[in-house]
Formats: sequence, structure tokens, C-alpha cells
Amino acid sequence: MPLTRLEYRHVTMRFAQAGASLTAIEDVSFSLQDGEIVSLIGPSGCGKSTLLNIGAGLYAPTEGEAYVDGEQVSGPNAHVAFMLQKDLLLPWRSIAENVMFGLEIKGTERAERRRRAQALLEGFKLAEFSNHYPHQLSGGMRQRVALARTLAVDPSVLLLDEPFSAVDAQTRMVLQRDLGKTLKQAGKTALLITHDLLEAVTLSDRVLVMSRRPGHIVDELQIDIPLREDPVARRQHPRIGEYMARLMDRLDIGEDMLQGAMQGVA
Amino acid sequence: MSTAARTSMMQRGTAASLALLVIFLAAWEWGPGLLRIPSFIVPPLSQVWTEFLRMLQVNHLMLHTGITAAEVLAGFVLGSLLGAVVGYLLGMSPTAEVALSPYILALQIAPKVAFAPLFILWMGFTVYPKILVAILIVFFPVMVNVLTAIRTVDPDLVNLARSFNAGRAQIFWKIEFPTSMPPLFAGLRIGSTLAVVGVVVGELVGGNLGLGYLLTFGEGQANTPMVFVSILMLTVIGGIVYLAVILLEQRVLHYLPARARGGL
Repeated sequence: MPLTRLEYRHVTMRFAQAGASLTAIEDVSFSLQDGEIVSLIGPSGCGKSTLLNIGAGLYAPTEGEAYVDGEQVSGPNAHVAFMLQKDLLLPWRSIAENVMFGLEIKGTERAERRRRAQALLEGFKLAEFSNHYPHQLSGGMRQRVALARTLAVDPSVLLLDEPFSAVDAQTRMVLQRDLGKTLKQAGKTALLITHDLLEAVTLSDRVLVMSRRPGHIVDELQIDIPLREDPVARRQHPRIGEYMARLMDRLDIGEDMLQGAMQGVA
Repeated sequence: MSTAARTSMMQRGTAASLALLVIFLAAWEWGPGLLRIPSFIVPPLSQVWTEFLRMLQVNHLMLHTGITAAEVLAGFVLGSLLGAVVGYLLGMSPTAEVALSPYILALQIAPKVAFAPLFILWMGFTVYPKILVAILIVFFPVMVNVLTAIRTVDPDLVNLARSFNAGRAQIFWKIEFPTSMPPLFAGLRIGSTLAVVGVVVGELVGGNLGLGYLLTFGEGQANTPMVFVSILMLTVIGGIVYLAVILLEQRVLHYLPARARGGL
């Protein structure tokens, strides 16, 4: 019986907005097993990020519960760490100090913090930049520093919210390769939110499709392509087209919309 | 701009700046004579210099300058501290901000220098009313800048710290406080020039010490060079405080790229 790392049980989230109550997520249940990477795709505003914040313990769900490592999430906890589209590096800290940020809050001993930051930066080929400041690094490098900071606290689950959507297409592929390799090596479990269908298919074991608001899971797709640790190689696999077609169909990205868009242009 | 282009631009700019200084000093020395402006209206540079030397001997110029400088320093440091502390407290307590903002706004609109006579009534012809006017006038730009900085901290940064299980104090010291440094220094720059204004107004209103007193004394005797010397010494004091703020800023904000620090 594999270990369940992250689980959402009948999670519903309502926000009070202008007097009315807005249902962002409705009755969402799914779980991630140890070492699994699951992507969550869906239209903008369907509550994907809200689900992530619930998992991180930043929001409490209106109904239902989230569990991490079998414990109910009741607030921020050491089991999860998240990473966003923005790198959120602190400009007044050097690269190494940024990587140590989470460890410092946890109260990890200074020598141990340094050792772990150094090891991670070496793994990401950033060791020579440890004493640089964030503004001296490129967008891709900064995002890798953010990933190193996320891994430094050794979480059992990583929550990734469109982590690569702000970088250019080539850098994104490099970052995807790094992420795939790193997660495999560390045996980490991750929930990835993305708008990039190819990213979802190449990086994940499973893809979950969410509907428009109120968001709920409408489809679940098992990706049966080998080499999950190498998303760049996976791009070449013949079955990619089939998975992409099914996801596009599920998201209603079809002929109709294309025609509508063309009419809009004309 | 490349480093070489920047260096050459700096060199040309500095040269032009020095040339302007020479032209200005020459115009000051010979302009009044050429334009037949009487020396009790605009005394030439040399006359102001002679008066400066005379005031050093006769009028205890350095004593008065020192007293004004000490008042400026005390007013600036205390006003900045008070402004920063109140800014942080209000920034962290939206309720307190809503409750107090009308009164703070009223106090900010009231011309601070108008309080000088009142403070002299309360505290007499001592240095304290002058320092108090400076505190009051320095307080606002520092407080407003800190308050705005705390209110506009990126909520995602706060969430990042929270996700690592940071407590309220850790969020303040590791996120909010460092984020507020650039705006705090912008406020300190403004405050450093305003501190001199506050002190001088206090000295003009009452007492027999400080450069403000020498200003009124010179005016009473129709000694225009004395007024000029006093104004110059006040500018020097303000300049030194401003420079000190900039040196401190460059140390504290060393992590920012040079163009983001804003030079002088």
C-alpha cells in the first residue's frame, strides 16, 4: 500500500464577495501518493491556486479537509513548501541567504543551513553565484534559486503554482528538465499548477482537469510514458499528441473556439 | 548605459558643475559692481568672506553654528525615530491607522513652523522648542514613507514566510522591515533638509543663540553680509546631515543596483 502524501477530501471553498457568496471550488477530492507528480490544469479563475493555498495551510477550506502525511492541515506546516510564478527572492539577501530563508525561520543551526544551501546550489550549478544578489541573476537562474529554497526545507510535498510561466520558452524547457530530474532524485511528491498542457503531460504521472468556476475535477488522465525524470525526452514520445488532444477536448480548446477567435481578429 | 559611457558622462557632468561654480562665484564678486547694486542689497563675495572672518572673532560664529547643528541633529534623529516607529506601528495595525489617520492628517496639514511661538511660550528661550519644531517637521515624511511601505509589502512575500511557519515578529524583521528600507531612506533625505528649516524658524522666533539668532541680529543692524554668512552656514549644516544620510543609505542599500539608489 503506497503512502498517501497529500489528500483533499470533499474540499469546498466559498468567498464572500460584494455581499454574495462565491463558490470557488466545489467538492474536490483527490490524493497524491509518495513520489508522484500530479498536474492540475483548468481555465483561469477555476480555483487551482486556492487549492494550493489550502494545501499549504494559508487558507482554511469552507468544507472538507486537506491532509498532508496523514495529518489534517490546520495551518502552515513543515511538510509542504510552495513555489510561485514570481521567484519571491528577497533582494537584500544574497543567493545563499535566500536559499537558507526557510531553514532560518525553522531555526536550523547556522552551519547546517550553510551546508544545505551550498549543496543545493552546487546541484543547480549556481555555487559560484552564492554571494551574488538576486538582481544580478537572469530570470531562469532566479527561478532555480527559488526551487532550491523550496527544497532546502526538505518538505514531503512541493506545491508549484505555474513556476515557469514567467520565463522564455527555451529557459522553461531547461527548468522543466531540472525539475524533473531533481524531483526524481529527491523522491519528492509534487502538485503542479500549469496552463501549459505540454508541461503538464511531460512532467507528470497524472493530470487532473478542473472545470470553470465553481471548480471541480472533470477528468483524470494517467500518463503512461516512461522517463518521467526527463520531460525533454518525453516530448518526443508518439503518445504525446493523443494526451494533448484529450486535454484540449476537455478544456474545450477546439475548432469552435479557434473559429471564434479568428472572427474576433477579422 | 555602458560603464565607459557612464564614466564619461559623469566626468563631463562634474566638469560642467565645477565650471558653473566658478561662473557663479565670479558673478557674485563682480556682478553687483557692474550692475550698480548697492552692497547693502547684495554684498560681493569678498565682503561676505571678510564678514565671515570678523564673525569668527567677534560674534562667536562657531558657537552659534555648533548650537544650531546640535539642534538640527537632535531634531532630525528624534523626529526620524519617532516617525519610523509610528509608521511601523500604524502599518501593522490597520485599525489604529483608520482611527488615527484624521488627526495625523490634520497635524500634517497644519504648518509645523507655526508651532514655534507656542513651543517657546511653553519652554522658554532654550534649545528645546527649536528641537521640538524640527522633530515635528521631520516626523511626517518619514512616517508616511514607512507606513506606505508596510502597507504595500507584496502579500505573496508574506505568504512565503508564513508557509515556512514564520511568526508575526519574524515576518516583520525578515520581510516588512527590510522591504521598508528604500522608502525609509527617501523619507530621511527629505527629513534631513526639513530639520534645518524647523530649527531656524525656532531660532528666529526667540532666543539669543544659534544661526537663526545671528540672522535676525544681522537684519536688525542692516548687516547684509552677516545675513549671507548665516545662510551659508545653515546650508553647510543641512548639507552635512544630508550627506550623512546618503552615506548610510549606500551602506544599508548596497544590494540594490546603483541606478536604483538614486545618487545624490
